[in-house]
Amino acid sequence: MLSYIAQRAALAIAVAFTVSLAAFMLLNIATDPAYAIAGEDADPEVIEQIRQRFGLDRPLWVRYGDWLAGVLRGDFGVSYYWNKPVATLVAERVGTTLTLAFSALMVTIAIAIPLGALAALNRNTWIDRFALWLAVSAQAVPNFWLGLILIILFAVMLPIFPVSGDHTWQHFVLPAFVLGASSVPPVMRLMRTGLIEVMGADYIRTARAKGYRSGALLMRHALRNALLPVVSVLAVQLGQKVGGSVITESVFAINGLGRLALQSILGADIPTVQILIFLFALVFVGMNLLADILNAALDPRIRIG
Amino acid sequence: MSESTQSRPVVDPVSGRTPETEIPASPGQLARARAWHHRGFQVGAGILLALVLVAIFAPFLAPHSPYQQSLPNRLLPPVWVEGGSWEYLLGTDHVGRDYLSRLIHGTRVSITIGLGAATIGLIIGVTLGVLAGYFGGWVDHSVSFVLTAQLALPGLLLAMALVFFIGPSLLVVICIIGALGWTYYLVVTRSATQHIRSLDFVAAARASGATPRQIIWHEILPNLSSKIIVIFTFELGIAILAEASLSFLGVGIQAPTPSWGLMIAEGKEAMFYRPWLVVLPGMCLFVLVIAANLMGDGLRDITSPEEKS
Repeated sequence: MLSYIAQRAALAIAVAFTVSLAAFMLLNIATDPAYAIAGEDADPEVIEQIRQRFGLDRPLWVRYGDWLAGVLRGDFGVSYYWNKPVATLVAERVGTTLTLAFSALMVTIAIAIPLGALAALNRNTWIDRFALWLAVSAQAVPNFWLGLILIILFAVMLPIFPVSGDHTWQHFVLPAFVLGASSVPPVMRLMRTGLIEVMGADYIRTARAKGYRSGALLMRHALRNALLPVVSVLAVQLGQKVGGSVITESVFAINGLGRLALQSILGADIPTVQILIFLFALVFVGMNLLADILNAALDPRIRIG
Repeated sequence: MSESTQSRPVVDPVSGRTPETEIPASPGQLARARAWHHRGFQVGAGILLALVLVAIFAPFLAPHSPYQQSLPNRLLPPVWVEGGSWEYLLGTDHVGRDYLSRLIHGTRVSITIGLGAATIGLIIGVTLGVLAGYFGGWVDHSVSFVLTAQLALPGLLLAMALVFFIGPSLLVVICIIGALGWTYYLVVTRSATQHIRSLDFVAAARASGATPRQIIWHEILPNLSSKIIVIFTFELGIAILAEASLSFLGVGIQAPTPSWGLMIAEGKEAMFYRPWLVVLPGMCLFVLVIAANLMGDGLRDITSPEEKS
């Protein structure tokens, strides 16, 4: 078990480094930070001065080494656009995004798991067809558009929820639904196929033969086993929620990391964009590692085999 | 009764019926027969074909120019709302451009980007997947590592930053979305290649002296084609949604090009009193993407019915 976790953790760290390197190189090749700091129509001389002052005249790999050393010490650099340390910008907003991501995950769980279970237990009936149709439709709805439609319906026509902002819990209801809905199709499908598979297993037949009623059977044997793969997928989905916050936070004007990311891109604020890409990747990698560990803890075949 | 002696179905001269000794249908015939009965495939393929035709003939179908502004005719409602006119069937936008014409031309932007990006993803993903699956060993390990790293990158955020920093244009949007959207091709082709390369006909080709290049081109890729086409249709929908998201956020296709995502962003300012400005382009996106997904689901059922859930 320990050696398995150590192996996965080593891979996760290697992936995190690779991702930070790739993001740094891509961003710095795509744009010249000196132009971004100087602003449009700046003198070539001014740009040259900026390049020297910020050390942008050094080779790319030296700058990456510098950046990485800073990040490892907890120094995330200074934002050109906001004139603040990037660490402060992130710290001010990380709570909002985590709140949104966890509420979204709750929405996913509350919709996808009962729906998947109902579809599996009523296979090939209208319930099953409805659930699959819902999954296909949900995958085709643009996330940002769903947000706007919900604002029109539930904030303007029926003023139940506020239009935008992040001051009270009511502000998070619509965004959490929008962000959570995007994870419903994969989780629902997994729950459905998992439960169908479990219900056909030998031990379920044995339990039936021993006289278990279907309710108890479902609770004691089937659901627990069908939920195993779902738990690890939920961990991965939570990692994606943080990355998916970009659109939702922009639609609902929530001051979290996602909106910060969009504002930094529009302001050509490379240091902030770099850190955010790195942090989002780190969350994703961490959640995958958690999923691997959960899998190993719940399923002995993985940690031994 | 061997198949070679019965090259065509024999008709019984007395009853006029074909005896039970017909040639079994080929996989292609079976697939076509299943396609004929698959409702989802027909609906998806039908809508997709119609929208492709709209995209091709957009200049002939659109009643007005999608760029012609007319300030006296700003923000006209659609024909079914009070104040609407048949002249502007779906009304006009905030600078008086005909909304129907912009929606029709928007089909072009979405489909061009979808096809282009899905093709770039296909080339990258299939190449890596086949190489990793065929050669195994260190090739497989390095490709797997690249895959893990790619999956960890926040795709949308990176695409936003790269498109905006390089300079948003149709070509840049296609290349970036395509270059970030190849993982699904890789995962599927890699495991399928691993399976195919263990089959007898590959061993036979190798025994007869075929080089790896010949085996990949003549034995493996033809057997992957149906899987690749299925993924292509799904990636088409994903790329179209990605472009719409980028354009909506202001870092994709730029004004005045009629992109559905951009139109939703422009209509957002007036959506409380004129919700159709946001609803209509969103419906277009939904119909196009669901058509691609229905066709993908249908193709999967038709070409490999054993994977049907």
